[in-house]
Amino acid sequence: MLVSVYRYNPETDREPYMQDVEVAISEGKDLMVLDVLNLMKEKDQSLSYRRSCREGVCGSDGVNMNGKNGLACITPLSEVVTNGKLVVRPLPGLPVIRDLVVDMGVFYKQYQRIKPYLQNSSPAASQERLQSPEDRAKLDGLYECILCACCSTSCPSFWWNPNKFVGPSGLLQAYRFLADSRDDATEERLADLDDPFSVFRCRGIMNCVSVCPKGLNPTKAIGHIRDMLLSRAT
Amino acid sequence: MTKLRKLSFDAIVIGGGGAGMRASLQMAQSGFKTACISKVFPTRSHTVSAQGGITCAIASADPDDDWRWHMYDTVKGSDYIGDQDAIEYMCSVGPEAVFELEHMGLPFSRFENGRIYQRPFGGQSKDYGKGGQAARTCAAADRTGHALLHTLYQANLKNETTFLNEWFAVDLVRNKEGQVVGVVAIEIETGEVVFIESKATVLATGGAGRIYASTTNAHINTGDGIGMALRAGYAMQDMEMWQFHPTGIYGAGTLVTEGCRGEGGYLINKDGERFMERYAPNAKDLAGRDVVARSMMTEILEGRGCGENGDHVHLKLDHLGKEIVHSRLPGITELSKTFAHVDPAVTPIPVVPTCHYMMGGIPTNVNGQAITQTDGKDTIIPGLYACGEAACVSVHGANRLGGNSLLDLVVFGRAAGIFIEEQLQQGIEYAIASSDDIDLAVGRLRALDANDKGENTATLKRELQSCMQNYFGVFRDGEYMKKGREELNALRERIAGIVIGDKSKAFNTARLEALELQNLFEVAEATAIAADERTESRGAHSRRDYPERDDKNWLCHSLYHPELKNLTKREVNFSPKTVETFEPKVRTY
Repeated sequence: MLVSVYRYNPETDREPYMQDVEVAISEGKDLMVLDVLNLMKEKDQSLSYRRSCREGVCGSDGVNMNGKNGLACITPLSEVVTNGKLVVRPLPGLPVIRDLVVDMGVFYKQYQRIKPYLQNSSPAASQERLQSPEDRAKLDGLYECILCACCSTSCPSFWWNPNKFVGPSGLLQAYRFLADSRDDATEERLADLDDPFSVFRCRGIMNCVSVCPKGLNPTKAIGHIRDMLLSRAT
Repeated sequence: MTKLRKLSFDAIVIGGGGAGMRASLQMAQSGFKTACISKVFPTRSHTVSAQGGITCAIASADPDDDWRWHMYDTVKGSDYIGDQDAIEYMCSVGPEAVFELEHMGLPFSRFENGRIYQRPFGGQSKDYGKGGQAARTCAAADRTGHALLHTLYQANLKNETTFLNEWFAVDLVRNKEGQVVGVVAIEIETGEVVFIESKATVLATGGAGRIYASTTNAHINTGDGIGMALRAGYAMQDMEMWQFHPTGIYGAGTLVTEGCRGEGGYLINKDGERFMERYAPNAKDLAGRDVVARSMMTEILEGRGCGENGDHVHLKLDHLGKEIVHSRLPGITELSKTFAHVDPAVTPIPVVPTCHYMMGGIPTNVNGQAITQTDGKDTIIPGLYACGEAACVSVHGANRLGGNSLLDLVVFGRAAGIFIEEQLQQGIEYAIASSDDIDLAVGRLRALDANDKGENTATLKRELQSCMQNYFGVFRDGEYMKKGREELNALRERIAGIVIGDKSKAFNTARLEALELQNLFEVAEATAIAADERTESRGAHSRRDYPERDDKNWLCHSLYHPELKNLTKREVNFSPKTVETFEPKVRTY
């Protein structure tokens, strides 16, 4: 199978280029894209990419495969290869450190910005804080985010304003805390997001939803935040 | 030699998993200059893959639950070589540590009354084994590790811990007085080598499941802390004790939580027989992991395995109904579809025992202080600490119970943090390292970069993994282990001589993989020698040539000494402070 992979080594390359490599794949095997990268690395050790859990929970190996963002470790070739060719590029819109490794600094900064931790001003109980199963269910579809950045780097609004628009991942996490019955910093959280860019740059393009490897729906979460901001304003 | 850049901290924690982040959180909360050094961004650490939960007697599912019952189960599970003072500490402090996590925001699943959801796990009982199955494992669906790891990262952000993310620790720096004074590390993005000086160095580098060909462990689980400690000449404890998890997905090795069986799933052989009823008539599928793994292998070896080659068994969940499977085990549903191409609510999952957890590690006391022995007596290694899977406190002994690893890492990460906090408050000074001391720690890296004739990492890693898989797996035998040790002997020089095909600086993962393989080798060798020399069967260590437990000679820890490559014995603690000793008994489920 022909694999075309994005290469860039800052020490030797003046600019990035696509390298075409023929990779031998045993018949009848539907490998994951990460397996293919591993095979390629055995032949050419200079190929660099991140990977850890190899089961889709750590979020290390977000890459762009034949035009679509996803996790290399849980994306079978049958799902992405077209015309016998696999094209692997780094996640779009972030600075490339080397090959498929991107600088995720701005992505993490937006995550940090929404204060991604529980805030509760009342003294902690001697046991756990109680939460009904119904209230807990409100966190489903939010807390499972693995910070892989597939969503934010597929979002044109984030490409344009990565410093001012929080992006789908950060906003999903913002709503995860807004929705938590144990968190009482709702007003501060909303005040921090109440400007023309942080939330309202979302144009409902929904690329985030179509690429999320965990099947989460950032657009829906953003919708909830918009509603909260609007009802707060009136 | 060019002088290395130096960074200074009150305390450094190497490893950004659950144990490392719990330790760094503790110290950051009290305002000490703390750095958490991690070779991956912290939420990529392997804690993220833990599924079923954290076992702890918070008395939610059963208001009468008692941490002493949890302690009894853990001592029994360890096949009596878990240290009873450490197990007592873990089980009694556990509830406090779990409630702290909840206060930090961990999204635990809930019961109708609003308390934390608990599910049954293997080896759990009420009333010291007399009251039937307990439900003691606190869970966030089947993504407890993910929820826990992210919560700890968030709490560290809140407390402004310094993170050195994507920094790779190469070796410990020690001075002539034998104090550990920090570590030499590579900043991966630039390739720069830096000396990080610290008053306290905590190894929280996790496990090393990648010594085996088939493992539930992440690619990054390469025993870096164990490798560093062994190269520094420190002894390792109980390295023969490796847990094989009964339910790794056949072919892929990815984990399927014991929580599946806790929720009512069970194992069947090719005849559809629920075979655990024969091996463990009372606990059945919820017997200790070592017992279940051996039973599965026996089924397979005696020709009752499933599939064309009869080399796996089936985990049946479909009788629970779609709703339970999809709501309580959503992560398992996803993994089964991806890696086994089955929906567990409809079709059984093909599973096989798979290397999962290292019970052994760096011996420590309950404060996380690393221990070595001189003339048969415990001595503290000044400046060095360990917690989590890298450490051997030992709460797991010869076999860990499900749900106890997450508890171990928060309780002892916290304990190490509290102890170092106190030490720092009393005032400790930096120990001085000479440039020779630092140079020594850079030696391995320099040698690797200088190699120009030799083999590549991928080939050598495959050989190492298949050697361990073949000779040191679920069942062991002296004759085979001798062969394995010979193969390892031959591998040592070859692995020291690895040639990397890329010597550039920026984000050079080829260099890291070579350094990791050298760590794996150290772990594998310690495992092989300890396994060959413990001439009995206990917990996860099961020998065909010595099938019985031998309390007369082996009711003890093993200590592996890297310089002499020999094994000595260390006493197990049988003196808990507040309860009576649990005396060794025949272990049945």
